[in-house]
Formats: sequence, C-alpha cells, structure tokens
Amino acid sequence: MFMKRHVLSMREFSKEEIDSVLDLAQSLEPMARGRKSDMLAGKILALLFFEPSTRTRMSFETAMKRLGGSVISLGPAEGSSISKGESLADTVRVIGGYADALVIRHPKEGSARLASQFSPVPVLNGGDGAGHHPTQTLLDLYTIRKESHLENLHIALVGDLKYGRTVHSLAYALSLYGADITLISPLTLRMPDSIKADLSSKGTIVRETSDLGEVIDNVDVLYMTRIQRERFPDPVEYQRVASSYRITPEFLARAPKDLIIMHPLPRVDEISPTVDDTIHARYFQQSFYGVPVRMALLKMLIGGG
Amino acid sequence: MDRSKDEPGGLRVKPINNGTVIDHIAEGQALNVLKILGISGTTGATVSVVMNVESKKLGRKDIVKVEDRELREEELDRIALIAPAASINIIRNCKVTEKRPVDLPDEIVGVVRCQNPNCISNTQEPIKSRMLVKGKNPVLLRCLYCEQPLTEGIAEYLI
Ligand SMILES: [Zn+2]
Repeated sequence: MFMKRHVLSMREFSKEEIDSVLDLAQSLEPMARGRKSDMLAGKILALLFFEPSTRTRMSFETAMKRLGGSVISLGPAEGSSISKGESLADTVRVIGGYADALVIRHPKEGSARLASQFSPVPVLNGGDGAGHHPTQTLLDLYTIRKESHLENLHIALVGDLKYGRTVHSLAYALSLYGADITLISPLTLRMPDSIKADLSSKGTIVRETSDLGEVIDNVDVLYMTRIQRERFPDPVEYQRVASSYRITPEFLARAPKDLIIMHPLPRVDEISPTVDDTIHARYFQQSFYGVPVRMALLKMLIGGG
Repeated sequence: MDRSKDEPGGLRVKPINNGTVIDHIAEGQALNVLKILGISGTTGATVSVVMNVESKKLGRKDIVKVEDRELREEELDRIALIAPAASINIIRNCKVTEKRPVDLPDEIVGVVRCQNPNCISNTQEPIKSRMLVKGKNPVLLRCLYCEQPLTEGIAEYLI
C-alpha cells in the first residue's frame, strides 16, 4: 500500500495510487454503512473550514467517526475571523499540534498546499477556492468504478465547465484511464484551453459541443454540474441555457439502459426530481461514497496504511 | 558613432573592456532584462542597450552590455525566463573569456508572481512565490500553490 503524506491535488496521484485508494474504500464500505470499527480509535481529525461547506464537512466527520476516531472543528464563523487576522500558516501550526490530521477548506487557491508546508501532521484538501477538491474527484471515480466502469469509459461532462472545479480534476483523472470525454456546455462556460490541452497531451479524446441531445444515446456516464445564475448578466439567457441542460425522464427515453447520471450536489434544477426514481440516477449513492473514500484516505494518512 | 565589421549594419555601441554582454535577446525584451538585473537609471552602472538589430539567428534581436559587472548564476536563470535563447559573454580585458547559454532551473523561487489574484501566494502569508518550470523554450511555468500556468507576458509578473 502506498503512503502519502498529504492529499492536496489529483495531479499527485498516479493511476496505481488511485486504484489503491478505491480498493481500500471498497473494503471499508461495510464500516461506512455502520459496521463497528476502531481502526482510528484515539485519533483526532481537525476540520478547518474557512468557508461553509456542510456536506464536505459532515462527510469527513462521518468518515472519521465510523473509524472510531473523533473530530474537532473550526466553524465557518471562527474561520472567517481567524482568516482576517492570523496567517493560515500560523493557524495550521497551532491546530496541527492538537490533531493527527487536518482537513482544510479555504477560499484561496493553493491554501492546502501552503498548509502542508507548515503543518506537523497530514493535510487533506477539502476544496480551495476554484482550485482543487481531490476527495470529490476520488469519490466520483469510486462511483464510476462501482456503478459503471472506469476502463474504456465514455463520459459526458455537462454544465459549467469553466468555473466548475470538480470537472477539471475529474477530467484530468479520467485521462489516466483512457476515457473518451465529451464536454457539453454553453459557449460562455466552456472548459479552459489549458485544461483541454493538458487532456489532449495525455492522448485523451476530447469533443466539445453545446448540445446535450447529441450524445445521450452514446455515453456511459452523464456527469451533470450546476450552472450558476450569477454567471449570466441576462436572466433570460440564463433561463434559456438552464432549460436546455435539464434532465427529465422524457429526455432519458432514448438513453441506453446502463447509462448513469452523476452530480456533485447540491442540484438546483439541472435534474428533475422525477429522474430520482429512474434506473439512471446515481447522485445520492455518489454522495454516500464520499464516506468510504474519505475513510480510506484517513486510514492511509493517520492509520499507517 | 563607431562603425565596425563584426556586426551587420555597423556596430552601434563600442565593445566593452570588462563586463557582460547579453546577446540574442528576443526583440523588445532588453528593458525587461534590465529590470531583471535590477538596473535602473540610478544604479550607476554603465549600460548599453541595443534594440531591434538584425540577427541571423532570430531575425531581430536586442543586446545588453553591462560594464564592469559579471552576472551571477541566479541572474542568468532569471534572464532565461524572458530570453530563453540569450547567450552570455563574459568579457575580461577586451576578450570574451566565457560564453554561457542561459538555462532555467526546475523551480524558480521568489522571482515571478502568480497571475492568479485569488492564489494564496498573493497574500500576506509567510511564503515566497514558487514556480515549477514545465517548459523551457517557450517558457511554461506552473504555480506550485494554485497550479495556474503562466507562459505569456512573464515579464509583467517579475517581482
Ligand atoms: Zn498561484
């Protein structure tokens, strides 16, 4: 089993390392569902959230508690008061003295890497600005592996591909598995050229379109993301775009039976609630899989593999 | 102005006795080279700048001559950022005693600011900027902190 010191960015994971995280997550899934474990008994995880993200925080908290460990946390309110005065470097030196590992969520890109340079204990990046959110990517990969297949995958990434951080590192990770990727977004929210160039340089087939209907009968995974209203100065234009990227059971009528739909959640109206009961919906499973995946990372970083 | 045989179009600046000649600078980058070397109007050094002269290798080029000063290794690294094809001639007693190509190290610390305004390296934290060199010609840098690439207009981000 490989041993990482920190989990900061997907770029630092090889395919073999990803596979070993997913394998360990698989073996921990019964504990994630409630079977008792004391693998990390006596260990403490500190959650440093400088901006609110209830789901990510609770998912880490659940993962640590399912392994028998405990959690201390800095709420968003305290987080924002600290970030005004004390440097992040000092905060992680202090809190790192209390805990066995730190999860950091911060509005500035690169803050988790900075934290890792000052922290005496392992750092997990829980999302930094528009930057990285590697645990989200790993749980996405786990979901794809469990609910579809990672090798020879044809995936469509849909929605805000410009600002959506989750899709950037997911696309990068999928390129390690030789995925065939279709990017579907409004013109103004296309994936940045630097990321597309990076994918192409790894031999990944990347197609780009604005029309969701083009690929529906030809993909294994439809990965939806939220398009934020703020991205559009014109509310009419927003409505037009939002409605053309909305999944409904009618739209799914010609989808292959084994097509799965994923979404990092929360959704607004990209996916109609009536899709939840179809055979295609996987976003709630996906959200749950964050627990075994984060358990695997915590066990690797704190529990010595 | 002196004329000479060894440079096309005639020598625009006298040869120097001691110091450093930075040749084959991409056209228009000479002033950025001075900036990198920390040379301003008040430095006191005797400096000659030649811009947009013909060059067999580059079409057009700039040349910077600094008298009585031999450049340090780290200064050469910085020059490589904006003039990857530059060549350095160290002159002693009117002779070229050393010719050095410029070469970038794998990581550059504290020289180039990250262009991402939301990057943690652009805050009051006790760290220096750190850029990984991903390509040397053309130069491609990647911020160690936020991973944002920087390839064009690097001179604008020199610290
Ligand atoms: Zn940066």
